[in-house]
Amino acid sequence: MEKDIHSIKIIDELCDGHMTCMRVCPTQAIRVRQKKAVLLEDRCIDCGECVRVCPNSAIVPLTSSFKDFSKFKYTVALPSPSLYAQFGKNTTPAMILNALTKIGFDYSYDVACASEAVSIAIQEYLDTNESPRPLISAFCPAIVRLIQIRYPNLLEHIIPIESPMEIAAREVKNIKTKELGLKVNEIGVIYITPCPAKMLSIKNPPRKKHSFIDGAIAIADIYSTLLQILSQGNGAGDREEVRGLGLGWPIVGGQVGSLKAEDCLAVGGLTDVIRIFEDIENDKLKDIQYIEVHSCPTACVGGSLTVENPYIARGRVLRMLSKYGSVPCQDREKIRTLYQKNFFSLLGKILPHPVEPLDKDIAMAIEKMHEKQDTYDKLPKIDCGACGSPTCMSFAEDVVIGRASFDDCIFVTMKKFEQISSTLLETVLKHSQKIEGNLEPEK
Amino acid sequence: MINSQGRMHSSYTQTYKIQGGNIYNAGKASTEIKKILKQLGIDSTIIRRVAIAAYEAEMNVVMYAKSAILTFEVTPTTIKIVVDDEGPGIPNIELAMREGYSTATPEMREMGFGAGMGLPNIKKNADNFKIDSIVGKGTKLLIEIYIN
Repeated sequence: MEKDIHSIKIIDELCDGHMTCMRVCPTQAIRVRQKKAVLLEDRCIDCGECVRVCPNSAIVPLTSSFKDFSKFKYTVALPSPSLYAQFGKNTTPAMILNALTKIGFDYSYDVACASEAVSIAIQEYLDTNESPRPLISAFCPAIVRLIQIRYPNLLEHIIPIESPMEIAAREVKNIKTKELGLKVNEIGVIYITPCPAKMLSIKNPPRKKHSFIDGAIAIADIYSTLLQILSQGNGAGDREEVRGLGLGWPIVGGQVGSLKAEDCLAVGGLTDVIRIFEDIENDKLKDIQYIEVHSCPTACVGGSLTVENPYIARGRVLRMLSKYGSVPCQDREKIRTLYQKNFFSLLGKILPHPVEPLDKDIAMAIEKMHEKQDTYDKLPKIDCGACGSPTCMSFAEDVVIGRASFDDCIFVTMKKFEQISSTLLETVLKHSQKIEGNLEPEK
Repeated sequence: MINSQGRMHSSYTQTYKIQGGNIYNAGKASTEIKKILKQLGIDSTIIRRVAIAAYEAEMNVVMYAKSAILTFEVTPTTIKIVVDDEGPGIPNIELAMREGYSTATPEMREMGFGAGMGLPNIKKNADNFKIDSIVGKGTKLLIEIYIN
C-alpha cells in the first residue's frame, strides 16, 4: 500500500510524551513509544484534535508559508468563510477581502458565494436522483477520510458534488487566466484554512484528481497581520459586500439551512457523527434526505487553526446571515443550467481505505481475535494509558499484532514483581529459619 | 484442541444479553458485531448485511420480548447469529414475514419503528434464515450469512 500523506506532523524534539494527544484522538491513531508520540497513519483522519491539545505544540499542521508562493506570478487568497467571523462585528467580509490584498496577495476571492451555488446544486441532486438515502455531505475532509477508513459501506451515500473551495478555485483561475493572459500554473490560489483537514484535501484529494488549490495558510498564522490592517481602518476598498446563504456554511446547520429539502440533519463533532453513521449502517435513517456532517462540534468556525471562540464566531455568522443572507448572490436558473452540464460533479470515485485487519487471512484473523480477547482479559481495564496505547482494548490489539509488548502494562509488570518478591521472601524466610535453627545453642 | 491447520480455534463466538424494553441500549450488540467483523477484515458489503439483520433482530427483542440471548459466531466461511428470546411468541409467522405487516403500537411507530419491515428485512439480508416460535414462550431466529 502506498504511504499515507497527512497534513499534520509530530516534531520529535518537542514531544515529551505527555499522552494528551493520544487520549483525545477520536480514531485512536496515536501511540506513545519511548516517550514520543507516534502516528498510526492508516487511522489518522487529520481532524486536528491533537494539534489543538498538545501542551508542547509538538504537533504542527503542514500548512504553507508565504515564501512557498514566490514561484507564482500572481497569487489569489481564497478565504474559508469562517475567516469572516474571526474579527469584530463591525468588520464585514468585504473589508476582510480588501485587507487580504494588502498583506501580500494580489487578489482575494470569496467562497461563500460558491457555497450558495453548491447549495443549489445539492438541491438539484436531491430532487433528481434516487441514489441511496440519506446522502452525506462531502465537504469536511476529515469526515470523508473517516468514511474511507471506518465506514466504507457509506461511500455510496456521499453526495457527488464538488466542494465550494474547489469550485471557487477553478472559477477564479478561469477568470484570471483570461483577464491577465497568464497560464494556469502561473496563478497560485491559496486557501486560508480553519483546519489541517482542508490542507489534506488539497495535498491528497480522496480521489486521484488534481486540486485547483496550490497551498493553504492557517487562519491563526495571518490573523494578527490582518487584524492590524483592519484596525487601522485599511479594510476599505472596492469590494462589494458578500451576500447570500453561503455565508452560513461555516456553522452547523448552515448547509441544511440553505436547502429547500425537508428531512435534513446537521451534525457536528465526531462522537455524534459516529452515532449517526452507525444508524445509517443499520438502515435506520432511510427517511432522511441529506445529512450535513462536520468533524468539529462547532463546524468550521471551531476548526483547530482558528482564533476566535467558536461560539462567538457562530453568533457573528448568524448576525451576518440575518443582515446579508436573504439576498441571493446566485441566479438559481443559471446554476441549474451549469449543474446539468456537470459543472459541480465530483470527478472520480472516492475509494475505501479500511484500517488493516488483524490478519489478511480470515482464519488467522479469528485466531488473533481470540489472542486479543485473552490478552484483554488479563488487563486491568481501566484505560490508564500508561502503556502508551489509549485503551486496554487497543493495547491488547497492539500486543497481538506486535506493536507493543505485554510487559508494557504497568499492572502486568507489577504483578510479576509481586510474584517474584513473594517467592524471594519465602526463600529468605526458609533460609533464615534454617540458619536460626543452626545457631540455637544446644541444650 | 489444535485443528488440522495447526490453529487453536475454528470460530470466534460472542454472546450478548438483550433486555426487552431497554431502548437505551438498543443496537449495542450490532455495533459490537460490526466492530469485530471489521477487525477480521470481512468485506464491507457483507458487514452491512450482517449489521442490518442483527440490528432488526435486536430491535424486535427490545420492542416485543422480555429478554433474549444473541449468539454471534464467525468462522472463515459463515457468520451465524442466533437470537433466542423469552417473549410472547408469534402466532402467525407467515403473516409476520409479510412486508408492511406490523403489530407495533403508535408509540413505536412514532419512534420510527414498526414499519413491518423487520423480519422481511432480516430474511432479505440473510443467506439462510429460520424462525421458530411458540406462543407464550418465545421466538428463535437463525440468521446465516456466507463469506464468499
